[in-house]
Amino acid sequence: MTPENQQVLDLLRAMHADAIVAEAEFRDELTVEVKPERIVEVCRFLRDDPRTVFDLLADCCGIDMYTPTKRFGVIYNLYSLKRRHRIRLKTFVEEESPTIASVTGVWGTANWHERETYDMFGIEFTGHPDLRRMYMPEEFEYHPLRKDFPLMGIPGSLELPKK
Amino acid sequence: MGLESAMGDGYIATKLEWIINWCRKNSLYPMPMGISCCAIEMMAAAGPRFDIARFGSEVMRFSPRQCDVMIVAGTTTYKMAKVVRKIYDQMPDPKWVIAMGACTSSGGMYRTYSVVQGIDQFLPVDVYVAGCPPRPDNLLNALILLQGKVQRGECRGTAPAMVGDFGGKKHQQQVTLQLP
Repeated sequence: MTPENQQVLDLLRAMHADAIVAEAEFRDELTVEVKPERIVEVCRFLRDDPRTVFDLLADCCGIDMYTPTKRFGVIYNLYSLKRRHRIRLKTFVEEESPTIASVTGVWGTANWHERETYDMFGIEFTGHPDLRRMYMPEEFEYHPLRKDFPLMGIPGSLELPKK
Repeated sequence: MGLESAMGDGYIATKLEWIINWCRKNSLYPMPMGISCCAIEMMAAAGPRFDIARFGSEVMRFSPRQCDVMIVAGTTTYKMAKVVRKIYDQMPDPKWVIAMGACTSSGGMYRTYSVVQGIDQFLPVDVYVAGCPPRPDNLLNALILLQGKVQRGECRGTAPAMVGDFGGKKHQQQVTLQLP
């Protein structure tokens, strides 16, 4: 493990040991799986601590593993402009009504990313200031990037104007 | 020609409808519905090299109230379809539609849930243009074909014409899929 990754991981273990589920490093990239109920706390720590300063949320996206457990996930790619260092946070939410706390309070840029994740995967972000669909029409009932959504869509779910 | 000989030189007799259609076809005002990359080729057609002004259609108007022909140039999503239809409804009669490019004509390479598989599902199309994107020449060819339709008094999607290689006929396969 690279020294930078090791430092961040040690710090996380020291401060939020009970929030970490697993960690992995692949090609010098550190990925830490975090408990979903602790995500805001961990994010705020990583942004504010002078030894980490992950001041940029590069991306926040959803994932559908299509497995019986740990089906829906939310992934946060963080970047520290000051330290030029990246880290990836992973969380998995329960399948029936996937819900996770919003990190818009930590990084303002999470606003639209979380709207997109909500639109495409149907993951609800509690505490989001404006959780509307991003791409699909407001009246659309499905979430297209879920694996059980057919590629050509569901006939009649999107209305066309009359000819 | 009894009437012309009676009036002397400088007069010709014709049908009023024919002369109106002749006027119309030589000053078609396009509504540039440029939704994606086909719009670049449409702009090239309006530029000096291809010069759509040779056919009297250089006046691209951005108000649908002043247009005769809507050139739908680009991928039309379900969300955009409502906008395209609204703009079409705002155009005064008589009006015509050119479906420019593969996406507009049949969905093209976007066989997916968000893209309308051919704008003829919600608009009467007069000329389809093949290509991804079509060259400006093809758009001009479509315009010439449309001028023929205007001269014949055809409108609102009667006898649609096709420009380019559509493989014999227009690909219009309906696919219905169910949730597993």
